[in-house]
Amino acid sequence: MAAFIPEDTGPLVHDIGETILELSHVEKHFGELHVLQDINLTVARGEVVVVLGPSGSGKSTLCRTINRLETIDSGTITIDGTELPSEGKALARLRAEVGMVFQSFNLFAHKTILENVMLGPVKVRKRPRAEAEKSARELLERVGVANQASKYPAQLSGGQQQRVAIARSLAMDPQIMLFDEPTSALDPEMVQEVLDVMVSLARGGMTMIVVTHEMGFARKAANRVVFMSDGMIVEKSDPETFFTNPTSDRAKDFLGKILH
Amino acid sequence: MSELAQLMRQYDVLGGFWMTIKLTVVSALGSLILGVIVVIMRISPVKAFQLFGKGYVNVIRNTPLTVIVTFCALAFYNVLAWRLAGPDARSSVQLFWWGVVALSVYHSTFVAEGIRSGINTVPPGQAEAARSIGLTFGQTLSQVILPQAVRGSVTPLGNTLIALTKNTTVVSAIGVAEASYVMKNMIEFSPNFIYAIFILMALGFVILTLPVGMLVSWASTKLAVQR
Ligand SMILES: Nc1ncnc2c1ncn2[C@@H]1O[C@H](COP(=O)(O)OP(=O)(O)OP(=O)(O)O)[C@@H](O)[C@H]1O
Ligand SMILES: [Mg+2]
Repeated sequence: MAAFIPEDTGPLVHDIGETILELSHVEKHFGELHVLQDINLTVARGEVVVVLGPSGSGKSTLCRTINRLETIDSGTITIDGTELPSEGKALARLRAEVGMVFQSFNLFAHKTILENVMLGPVKVRKRPRAEAEKSARELLERVGVANQASKYPAQLSGGQQQRVAIARSLAMDPQIMLFDEPTSALDPEMVQEVLDVMVSLARGGMTMIVVTHEMGFARKAANRVVFMSDGMIVEKSDPETFFTNPTSDRAKDFLGKILH
Repeated sequence: MSELAQLMRQYDVLGGFWMTIKLTVVSALGSLILGVIVVIMRISPVKAFQLFGKGYVNVIRNTPLTVIVTFCALAFYNVLAWRLAGPDARSSVQLFWWGVVALSVYHSTFVAEGIRSGINTVPPGQAEAARSIGLTFGQTLSQVILPQAVRGSVTPLGNTLIALTKNTTVVSAIGVAEASYVMKNMIEFSPNFIYAIFILMALGFVILTLPVGMLVSWASTKLAVQR
C-alpha cells in the first residue's frame, strides 16, 4: 500500500473489484425497536462507502453486525463468499479479516502502543514476535506515531490514539475496514490528522465502510454514499449526486440540517 | 506475659495456628480455581453455563458455612464413606480434606463474585476491540479482560482471603485441630487464663490477616491501569 503523504490530496483514483461484502435482507430488533429493516447492500473490493443518517437511524448497529458484534434476526451477511459464522473459532477467524475502528478508540489500556498493534498478529496470525514488531513499527510510522511506541494509550492525545487504533486494525491485513464515527470523539484540531490517514487508506485501495458526519471526507474519498433513516437504507448514490441532488425528502431534510 | 508463655508450653498453640495456615492456603487455592471456573461460566456466551454459574453462586453463597462443613463431614465422609485422602489415611486427615472442600466450595462463590466485579470495571469496548481483531473468547479473557480486571478484583479477593482465614475456625466443628479448636480446649481446662487465651487468639489471627490487608492495598495501587 502507498505510504501516507498528507499533502497528497488530489482526486481519488483506485480500482474497484468484485463483490467482497454482501448484506441481504438483514433484519434486527432491539426488543420492540426495529433497528435494521430489510438491509441490502453490496460492497466491491476497494470501494469506500460512507454511511450517513440522523442519530439513532441504525448506522452503528449496521457496522457492528458486519463483524457480528451484534447478532442479526434474519437475512445473510457474506464476506468474500463466506457467510458470517455464528460463533466460535470460525467467527474469530472471519473477524480478523474485518478491521473495526471505534468512536472511543478502545486501545488496550494495559498494553503499550507497540503491544496494542502486535497483539493480533502474534496471537491470531501466530507470527513470530520479531517479525510482528517490525511490521507494527512500520505501521506506526505510517500513521505518524512511531515515536510513541513505548507509551501507554492514556498518555496519547485522542487523535494519536485513533491513529494507533487504525494501525492496530491494519496490522491484521484486513480485507475490509469498518469505521464507526472515528472522529466524533476528537477535539476539532485532531480531526484532520485522522481523516488524512483514512484518505490515504482509501487511496491505497482499502475497502472501507465509514460512518461519519465529515462531509469533506465523504466528498473526497467515498465512491458511494448510503443514507439511512429509521433503520432503513433510504438512498444509495455517488457522493456528488447525493449532496447536490438527493431524491428522498428525508435526505433533503438531513442535508439541510447539517450543511445549513 | 508469663501466663502466655505457660499456655504456649501447655497447649499446642503453634500447631493449631499451623493447621489454620494449612487450611487457609490450601482452601485459598481451591477456591481460586473453582471461582475462576465459575466466573468463566458466568460470562461465557453459552446460556446453560451462565445459568449454572449463577445458580451455583446463589445457592452456595447463601448457605451457612457451618451447614456446608457438617454436610461434607456427615454425608460424604460418615455416611457415604468417601475417603478423600486415600483408603488408609487417618480420620483426622480425611476430615482435614473435607474441611478444605467445604471451605473451597463456599469461598469460591466470593472469589467468583470478586473477579466478576473486577471484570465489570473493564469498559465493554475493550472486549469488543479484542474480538474485532479476531481474538477468541479465551484469548480475549486472558489477554485483555482479566489483566485489567485484576486491579478491581484485588480488594474483594483480599477481603475474601481474610474472611477465609477467620472462617477456617468453623471446621473445628468437625474436629480439625486448628487454632480455635485448641482455644476451646484451653478455655475448658485453664478457665482462669481466659483473658490471656483471648489475647493470644486475637493476636494470632491479626498476625495472619494483617499482612494480607497490607498486600492488598499495595497491590491495588501497583496494578492501577490508566484510562
Ligand atoms: N444494545 C442496544 N440495546 C437496545 N437498543 C439499542 C442498543 N444499541 C442501540 N440501540 C438503539 O438502536 C437505535 C439505533 O442505534 P445506533 O447506535 O445504531 O444508531 P446510530 O445511527 O449509530 O446513531 P448515532 O448517530 O447517534 O451514533 C437507537 O434508537 C438506539 O437507542
Ligand atoms: Mg452510532
